[in-house]
Amino acid sequence: MLTLSGLDKVYRTGTFGTSDLHAVRQVSLDVQRGEVVSLIGESGSGKSTIGKMVLHLLSSTGGTITFDGRDVTKLGFRARRDYYRKVQGVFQDPFSSFNPIYKVDRTFETLRRSYFPRVSSASWREKLDDALAAVTLEPGDILGKYPHQLSGGQLQRLLIARALLLDIELLVADEIISMLDASTRIDVLNLLGELKGRGLGILFVTHDLSLGNYVSDRVVILYKGRVVERGDTSAVFDDPLHPYTRDLLASVPHLDRTWEEVEAQEAERTRRLAGRCLYHEDITAQGRSLGDEAEAVGGVPNGLGLVEHAPGHFVGCFRKAAEEECPAGPAVKP
Amino acid sequence: MTATQPTAGPGTEASEQPGVAGATSGIGMTGGRKPGGDARETLYFALRNPKVIIGMVVVLGFLLLGLIGPAFLKYAPMDYAGPPMAPPSADFPFGTTTFGQDVFAQFVAGLRSTFLVGLLGGGVAAVIGMTIGFVAGYRGGLIDELLNMLTNVVLVIPGFVVLIIINAYLGVRSVPMQALYIGIFSWPWVARAVRSQTLSLRSRDFIDLARLSGVGVGTILRREVAPNMYSYLFMTFVLLFGGSILTAASLDFIGLGPTNAMSLGLMMNQAVQWSALHLGLWWWFIPPGLGITLIVGSLYIMNVGLDEVFNPKLREM
Repeated sequence: MLTLSGLDKVYRTGTFGTSDLHAVRQVSLDVQRGEVVSLIGESGSGKSTIGKMVLHLLSSTGGTITFDGRDVTKLGFRARRDYYRKVQGVFQDPFSSFNPIYKVDRTFETLRRSYFPRVSSASWREKLDDALAAVTLEPGDILGKYPHQLSGGQLQRLLIARALLLDIELLVADEIISMLDASTRIDVLNLLGELKGRGLGILFVTHDLSLGNYVSDRVVILYKGRVVERGDTSAVFDDPLHPYTRDLLASVPHLDRTWEEVEAQEAERTRRLAGRCLYHEDITAQGRSLGDEAEAVGGVPNGLGLVEHAPGHFVGCFRKAAEEECPAGPAVKP
Repeated sequence: MTATQPTAGPGTEASEQPGVAGATSGIGMTGGRKPGGDARETLYFALRNPKVIIGMVVVLGFLLLGLIGPAFLKYAPMDYAGPPMAPPSADFPFGTTTFGQDVFAQFVAGLRSTFLVGLLGGGVAAVIGMTIGFVAGYRGGLIDELLNMLTNVVLVIPGFVVLIIINAYLGVRSVPMQALYIGIFSWPWVARAVRSQTLSLRSRDFIDLARLSGVGVGTILRREVAPNMYSYLFMTFVLLFGGSILTAASLDFIGLGPTNAMSLGLMMNQAVQWSALHLGLWWWFIPPGLGITLIVGSLYIMNVGLDEVFNPKLREM
């Protein structure tokens, strides 16, 4: 349904735009109907930037975004309005998502003015009640209140209800859990699961591995704007291939293991993997020379692509930052 | 008035949520506390702030005098009505000029043009400054650079000197035209201030959400950005109002005022021209000078008071 291919985002920085900052490099991924895809990465990995580009809040520098086979990388005002009927987003901070001087109803009213100007008040109210029921909110408790009178979880569910008013097909959920406390998190997470059951595709942006594991069908691991690993959730979490994914998983505290045990295991793994790169090993194993690399991984050169290590499990070059050299040797330079 | 005041003041609420108030005070008062409570609370504090009350009483008093005063006058401002150089008396409360014109009649007529200049000049400057500030802050990029350049250019132009040249050269000497020129040269600081506040509001998620609702730029600025800074915009207008009056008075005083109307600055100009100072005709130049000082001073005091009303951190309680 949603396909990103070779998506780039470059910011010009420096005094006269003299240097470039690659926030997103050659990112390719797809989201199907009825599927949750998690975009996992640390701060500054470009995950929110990707979400914003999908939502057309930021322009992309290169690559394409297609939705249902239609290129939506560059859209005019009218086309964007139509696009937003199908694709909606929910953001990280529910308190900043509402204009603090107005009641929460106004968010819905804005949507109505924009998309349903001819719907009668009674049928709109019915539609609104349905959407609120879908996110298990009681209209009487919510409507007519100011944002600061509601909890973060309630606000976040209100925003999801707002998106549901539009019969959307794709929801970009940008860190929607991270500002909520533990007791309300699970409500929102389960709500996402239910929406998935209704056939919605969800792009779930998060830095929290356990959330990604809990909710998603497939995961995409980002590091410094580049996809380092991508695949089915079970495959990536059970058998992480890229050193960064392994570091990430090892940094999650366990209830049944002490740090010493984890560190010993990590040291062992680091020794075993030293000087290797599965990406380049796989390309060589396919009988291709390193010059053919681009064709082997779908046209993305410079070791920014992914190779299919196991069915449905892709991994990128083992170097960490795109500017570094591959640990397997100086065979490929960026 | 008292009927609109809540009996138990909302002061307790403000102190209950210092975090909310403090976090948002940078863009005026953005935290509505309870349904319908925001406007009422603002009014509550406004009516209890001595600075606002004093300023408002003085400004509204002069405005009222200018509006209804002419109805009670026996003479037109330029009529040779009485004995020349007469000191204040029952017939001529502010005395007469060298030519026997009624100074009070001139003063009342001058008040009218003074308020007209303030309203028009302040209005023009507010519209230009806010439009440029909003668009530059919201759109960013090249548009921002260009508008910023324009703002900076107008900012460094010595406005008063240009006004002198325009007034002397074009010779358009009516009060509205004077107000228009003043407005055209006094907006840059408004544009800069509005731009910076728009910049900070633009990064809030609710702006993105409005964009996701398929709403255009104009609607977002009007319905989402501007309401968050209404209090600031109001104070900006008060300052522009006072500034325009002062500039107009200065222009009038150096002889570049309207030729077909009376204004407070013009009165002082004529008083000096006909040596009122040397002849000791204090009733000719003191009323207009004091009038301008009181109006502009009261506006500035009101502005300080309003700042305290809108920004809970500055409230003295």
